[in-house]
Amino acid sequence: MPKTEIRVGGLGGQGVILCGSIIGKAAAIHGGKHATMIQAFGPEARGSACSAQVMVSEEPIGYPYVKNPDVLVLMSPDAYKLFAPSLKPGGLVLYESDLVHLDKSLPAGARTKGIPATRFAEDLGRRLVLNIVMVGFFAGTTGLLSYEAVEKAVLDSVPKGTEDLNLRALKKGYEYGRSGR
Amino acid sequence: MKADPKGVLTGVHFMDGDHAACEGALAAGCRFVAGYPITPSTEVVERFAQRIPLIGGVFIQMEDEVASSIAIQGAVWAGKKAMTVTSGPGLSLMMEHVGLAALTEAPLVIVDVQRGGPSTGLPTLPGQADMMQVKWGSHGDYEIIALSPNSPQECFDLMIRAFNLSETYRVPVFFMMDEVVGHMTERVAIPEPSEIEIVERRWSSKKPGEYKAYATGADMVPDMVKAGDGHRIHITGLTHDERGYPALTPAAQKKLVERLVNKIRLRRHELVDVRKDGVDGAEVVVASFGITSRVAQAAVEEARRKGGKVAHLRLVIAWPFPDKLFQELSRRVKAFIVPELNMGQMALEVERAVAGRCAVVPIPHAGGTVHEPAAILEKIMESSR
Repeated sequence: MPKTEIRVGGLGGQGVILCGSIIGKAAAIHGGKHATMIQAFGPEARGSACSAQVMVSEEPIGYPYVKNPDVLVLMSPDAYKLFAPSLKPGGLVLYESDLVHLDKSLPAGARTKGIPATRFAEDLGRRLVLNIVMVGFFAGTTGLLSYEAVEKAVLDSVPKGTEDLNLRALKKGYEYGRSGR
Repeated sequence: MKADPKGVLTGVHFMDGDHAACEGALAAGCRFVAGYPITPSTEVVERFAQRIPLIGGVFIQMEDEVASSIAIQGAVWAGKKAMTVTSGPGLSLMMEHVGLAALTEAPLVIVDVQRGGPSTGLPTLPGQADMMQVKWGSHGDYEIIALSPNSPQECFDLMIRAFNLSETYRVPVFFMMDEVVGHMTERVAIPEPSEIEIVERRWSSKKPGEYKAYATGADMVPDMVKAGDGHRIHITGLTHDERGYPALTPAAQKKLVERLVNKIRLRRHELVDVRKDGVDGAEVVVASFGITSRVAQAAVEEARRKGGKVAHLRLVIAWPFPDKLFQELSRRVKAFIVPELNMGQMALEVERAVAGRCAVVPIPHAGGTVHEPAAILEKIMESSR
């Protein structure tokens, strides 16, 4: 696909922006593609609606805003409500299945795949890494980015001393995404 | 000379424009920033405040923008490279001191991450409506330079250029970002310090007693000294003579003000940077700058697929305006199309340069988002007919 438009949505504190940033970084620095990211968040830092618009392309990117995403990565019911109607026909919805419940607001023909990312993150030891589980899930499901590229982008992005935990989170999400792809 | 390695974060980063602008300033040798936080520019100073203690330099969060724009002039006369960073409302407050910097010929950089105006306007959303303000905002006659980056990479690259130009011409240089360029994250490659060319201040080699603060040669730009070097100098906002002392006569005014404008106007050919795409054989030319240039490029490419003979000129240096190029092209094209996130500012400059020889089609936009490429495409196709 020459250009993929992605919207990552959730709540402040879930690591939504970092999730978008790692996808962009994996593409632009480690994946040999072009990528832009635009972020938006409410005035409150935690608990408010928060989203990142990521564009990944084989060509340089002009217009950087995502209007009708090819892929939605959703981590909260509000983000689902807000962004599901904007999905491109036949687009893909990747969602946190314990938090987001699909309903008829989803455009017809949408492809969907859920993952209990928060539960997986808790099982790994820290709920905080749910965003990294989602990055892995994105890469595994879409095949847009190689595992090596996202792995490098995660290592570039997470605090020192947390690499092992984050890589386990990444792998968990990636493998879940690969299964039944 | 080459960049001081202490300020250069060599490597490939995924970074937004605000952060890249800060890294550009650090690489350029900026060691003093005074600022007052304002969306969407805050990340520039936030990063500077975090980075500068490790490099060696000063960040001061001032009480307001009036103070910020004068604190940097103190730092300049103390020998440092300095900048301040703001957005529209802060820029308006700085205008008094822009005039002082122009008159005293203080080399400095003012970053304006443009948002929707007037007044408080749209704090978190883009505009490009400060273009005329930076050209004309302070009273009296003077010239400035303004650069217009369209990507985080250019926020880095052009910021180094901004500092270099301020030192070369001793004028305030405006760095005209916008909210999208500032907050958009993209790949930014920062080279080795040995690959970054830095223009050092024009230090005078004259001894105390021989040095005149405003004596110039053929290039019309005076050399500087700094506080603590043993010179006794007088720097004033009054019209002054070569020594810097007040000289309140029509003759002194003529000599000074003519030099202030001519050091840019007579050397403007050195200050043309327009990225040209497909000019040969073009019938219609889109002229744009900043974030709008990226949207316009998408429209230009689509128009070409539909058979339009269309060129794209992107103003990297917006001020001084590249009149001559527009004059030349106006003799052989049908129309210039000027999309911008304001109600028609640089379009006026295009009209002035073109002087009726061909059509000028502004595509104004009140700001808050960028143009739809389709809106630009429509005007291109209309003008091609």
